[in-house]
Amino acid sequence: MTADLAIRCRDLRKTYLAGKSAVEAVCGLDLSVEPGACFGLLGPNGAGKTTTIEILEGILAPTSGEVEVLGMRWGTGRDQQIRRRLGITLQETRFDDKLTVREIVTLFRSFYPDGQSPEATMAAVELTEKATARVGRLSGGQKQRLALACGLVGNPALLFLDEPTTGLDPQSRREVWKIVRAHQARGATTLLTTHYMHEAEVLCDRVAIVDHGRIIAEGTPADLIARLGGEHVVEFAANATGDGGAAPAALDEAALAALPSVTAVRRERDAWLLTVHHPHVAIPELLRRLAGWQAELNRLTTRHASLEDVFVALTGRTLDADDATADSSAQGTGA
Amino acid sequence: MANFHPLKELLLCRIRAFYREPDAVFWTYGFPLILIVGLGIAFRTKPPERIRVDIVAGAGAEAVQAALADAGSSGFAAAIHAEAECRQRLRRGHADIVVTPEVGGGWSYRFDPTRPESVLAKAEVDDALQRAAGRVDVVATRAHAVTEPGSRYIDFLVPGLLGMNLMGGGLWGVGFVTVDMRVRKLLKRLMASPMQRRDLLLSLFGGRMLFTLPEIGILLLLAALLFHVHVAGSILATIVVGVVGAMSFAGLGLLVAARAERIETVMGLMNAVMLPMWLLSGVFFSYERFPAVFHPFIRALPLTQLNDALRAVILDGASLGSQWFALLYLLAVGAVSFGLALRWFKWV
Ligand SMILES: Nc1ncnc2c1ncn2[C@@H]1O[C@H](COP(=O)(O)OP(=O)(O)O)[C@@H](O)[C@H]1O
Ligand SMILES: [Mg+2]
Repeated sequence: MTADLAIRCRDLRKTYLAGKSAVEAVCGLDLSVEPGACFGLLGPNGAGKTTTIEILEGILAPTSGEVEVLGMRWGTGRDQQIRRRLGITLQETRFDDKLTVREIVTLFRSFYPDGQSPEATMAAVELTEKATARVGRLSGGQKQRLALACGLVGNPALLFLDEPTTGLDPQSRREVWKIVRAHQARGATTLLTTHYMHEAEVLCDRVAIVDHGRIIAEGTPADLIARLGGEHVVEFAANATGDGGAAPAALDEAALAALPSVTAVRRERDAWLLTVHHPHVAIPELLRRLAGWQAELNRLTTRHASLEDVFVALTGRTLDADDATADSSAQGTGA
Repeated sequence: MANFHPLKELLLCRIRAFYREPDAVFWTYGFPLILIVGLGIAFRTKPPERIRVDIVAGAGAEAVQAALADAGSSGFAAAIHAEAECRQRLRRGHADIVVTPEVGGGWSYRFDPTRPESVLAKAEVDDALQRAAGRVDVVATRAHAVTEPGSRYIDFLVPGLLGMNLMGGGLWGVGFVTVDMRVRKLLKRLMASPMQRRDLLLSLFGGRMLFTLPEIGILLLLAALLFHVHVAGSILATIVVGVVGAMSFAGLGLLVAARAERIETVMGLMNAVMLPMWLLSGVFFSYERFPAVFHPFIRALPLTQLNDALRAVILDGASLGSQWFALLYLLAVGAVSFGLALRWFKWV
């Protein structure tokens, strides 16, 4: 059966030796990716995503564990054969500033016995207009699309993308998503890493949430959210009436958890976040209680639960503050 | 559909990246030319210097001055000063010798035996004054003044600068470029593609060889046009020696780049390799000036071998065959460095 999988790895481990200390970047990771799927490795910085993906790409050797890519194993004399069928973008690659887009895409095309023409590839990533522009003159989004072109030009059966949109503005991010979806539509398999939860929801059929080198949850985005026990998040902030800012004394976690339809409660700065099954049941009751506690509501929003909420529920941590803001602004959620 | 050839594309990228980088082009082609022009002008052949003679004022001073002025070649610039001043001028190097006419006839010389021009001045002045006083030479001699082409400083300098340039080009063109690719993670990206390592190495070395030819050509052409430095041997032999030298240093370049993961590291290593050779290998002055005990060590430096071979071919017209040792030595240094580099190389 294993030959049917695009990627399979079992009990993958990688320990970096940095001087006397050892960093366990990946500790016992299992992964199965079906052909044609878009699979996301989701996790915060330092979770071990890059280490995992580079082992799968045959760039790093694992400390232990089994890896099979397109039914073949690295280091068994078939490395070139595997590489010809992979498309890769690394987390960071800086191409020569002095070379043009066409020159770089043509260079990468020359490494593959079969593939698309550089012109078609540039068109697919919408860089045709920039074909003769030097890399040094490209924007961040255009550079990332060039990296994608280098990954796509060999017509890969399996595409690896390590944080394909990190650091890009929302517009550029959507352009990258479009390219990945178009490639996906041709039946190829994609494995990507991201620490943008929303990106995983948008692009991936399946995601594995990685933390400290382990997978802590895996499934379709909808599955994972369903496992939270509630599909909606109600977020509110309240002050005691007339008391200029202080939170009402009776407002605490236990009281909120006791509200009907609420499955989880957490605090984020001045706001409370309730995970709920049915907002129409929970919200009227919340308002009634707040009035009884002499509390004044100064913010109330509801949204669908996201993978972000799943991550918080599983780890008790939020993602990097900056990235979380960028992520939610891309979602366009709010009151 | 077009046919894609990885080695060709890699080589093209190498060449384009180089020629589109004004800094690299300047340091490879422009800087050595500026050095040649600058040093060529500073050390251009001047008319023979006159010997500066100070005569202590007093009885007989004028007679000495007149005698020196009459002396055949009149290579003397003689002036009369007070004694204290004469001594000070000698001390400060404004005069080469001080002549004091003695009371009972004759002269005394004050000179500095550690200064070659001072020693020469004493011999020449004494000779001139003795003759003026009536000395007759025992045997007739004749002197022929000649200036051989190829013996000027600029003649010495040009092959040295060429060697230095080939050294720098090899270390930069392979060493720096490789580490730069590693720092930019481009090396990793290339390794993740089905590119053959062999093609990448060939493109680095091939590119280096291609840049070498104009390097040699421009330098020798300018030296010939501006300073009439002509290649006494065959041009082909010069190119062969140059290319072998460039290969050798390209190998060393790959070695210094084998593991370095930061630009600072490779720069430090490159300087550590190049600095001793700049100083010792006879670029600007002959290493014969160092004590003989150091010569075997100095000759073990590849740049010394390259410079000696280039001088032999360019200045003395030596044949390629006569330089077999230097050529073999350079090839061996390059091959051993290359082998070690591959052994230690950090590809990803
Ligand atoms: N070459 C390395 N040497 C030592 N530690 C490393 C190295 N690469 C990564 N690490 C460590 O391994 C852990 C996982 O890193 P990484 O795989 O890059 O995570 P991610 O891509 O999820 O941000 C981190 O703690 C990181 O500091
Ligand atoms: Mg990473």
